[in-house]
Amino acid sequence: MLTKRIIPCLDVTAGRVVKGVNFVGLRDAGDPVEIARRYDIQGADELTFLDITATSDGRDLILYIIEDVASQVFIPLTVGGGVRQVSDVRRLLNAGADKVSMNSSAVANPDLVSDASAHYGSQCIVVAIDAKQTPSGTWEVFTHGGRTATGIDVVAWAKEVTERGAGEILLTSMNRDGSKDGFDLELTAAVSKAVSVPVIASGGVGNLQHLVDGITEGHADAVLAASIFHYGEFTVGQAKEYMAAQGIPVRI
Amino acid sequence: MAQIIAIVDYGMGNLRSVYQAFHHVAPDAKILLTQRPEEIAQAHRVVLPGQGAMPDCMKQLKDSGLLEAVLDAAKNKPLLGVCVGEQMLFDQSAETRPGSSLTPCLGLIPGEVRRFELQGQKQADGSDFKVPHMGWNQVRQDIAHPLWAGIPDLTSFYFVHSYYVVPKEVKNIAGSTEYGNWFTSAVTRDNIFATQFHPEKSAEYGLRLYKNFVSWQP
Repeated sequence: MLTKRIIPCLDVTAGRVVKGVNFVGLRDAGDPVEIARRYDIQGADELTFLDITATSDGRDLILYIIEDVASQVFIPLTVGGGVRQVSDVRRLLNAGADKVSMNSSAVANPDLVSDASAHYGSQCIVVAIDAKQTPSGTWEVFTHGGRTATGIDVVAWAKEVTERGAGEILLTSMNRDGSKDGFDLELTAAVSKAVSVPVIASGGVGNLQHLVDGITEGHADAVLAASIFHYGEFTVGQAKEYMAAQGIPVRI
Repeated sequence: MAQIIAIVDYGMGNLRSVYQAFHHVAPDAKILLTQRPEEIAQAHRVVLPGQGAMPDCMKQLKDSGLLEAVLDAAKNKPLLGVCVGEQMLFDQSAETRPGSSLTPCLGLIPGEVRRFELQGQKQADGSDFKVPHMGWNQVRQDIAHPLWAGIPDLTSFYFVHSYYVVPKEVKNIAGSTEYGNWFTSAVTRDNIFATQFHPEKSAEYGLRLYKNFVSWQP
């Protein structure tokens, strides 16, 4: 049986993994290769690296980091942040990324999704969607790290990008991100039902039951979390044991 | 003399992770990521990876002049196919360009390549099956084989694919996986072994399979 994936997310800047809430109060969390190796040993199914560097100098650093990690950690690696054109996708794949995630640039130029998936295959193109609930109960796509409203409906956007060739959706609830209240299950279920590609739930995990809920109630194919793993509250192995005990197929 | 392992680079997709994984399990071997037929001819072992659409992969393999070298290697050298590289070993694929009905492949193992058709079927949790089949799934070892050495039966490996192989003969089936229905996820014939999954992305046991290939004496 296909197992549900657990994906630790690493925020990277200036060659280091950092942790913080909404880019505020960033603290050094260590060496990317070391952390990646630790999560691999714990049984992570994939790793996602998010490049939160603003300068172009720093941007090249993530290439070296991915090269380093890919030479020592043999599980799938997704890289996102600052992907603006097809040549960025190529550079990241050449550095050792298996999938590349795009967000703001996909909204600004949806052809980027079509072009990148036509060139490199849907399997390596992830579209990240930052979603905020509207007063009417639907969800709106936000870009630029959640600062810019777009007026685009999340479910419609998820459908469009998969039609354009996105192979996976990384769905983050802005309302829940950093809240530790659990995933927005209604949002996750709405998107998961609307598209035929895997959906990764993100934003809001505070305990292990939240991971279970994301899959049983949100119908997510994978769950992504950062802080519960970074702060050492739980290991990936503990998360998997808990999920397995709740009847969710996981790779142990 | 160091053993030479040639990874066939016919210009489709990124082979870096395959290269890195072999470098990791065979630090003393000479690993070549090669587009040159003479290097494939010199190699002791040959790896045929694959990424992307089958019609493009077959066209690139022909246009690059590497097709003959791969067919030659398949006669007597240990040959490992991975993902689309596994599918290419078969007679034909249902993955085509618009307008054509089948893509002819290498014809090294009898059988064909089909697309997952899982509409209307539900997963255990009540959700639809997604295509591509993406993620970690168990592989049942249908035969004993040196490439399975040290790998427990039903170990999970990493898959990303929308098409799968259907061998004509049961004797070519080395492993099977369940996704909606059971499908063949590893095949073998004489000096050939191939996997639908990606050993280079399958952590410890994926590396073990590559290590087993490096010492395989068919």
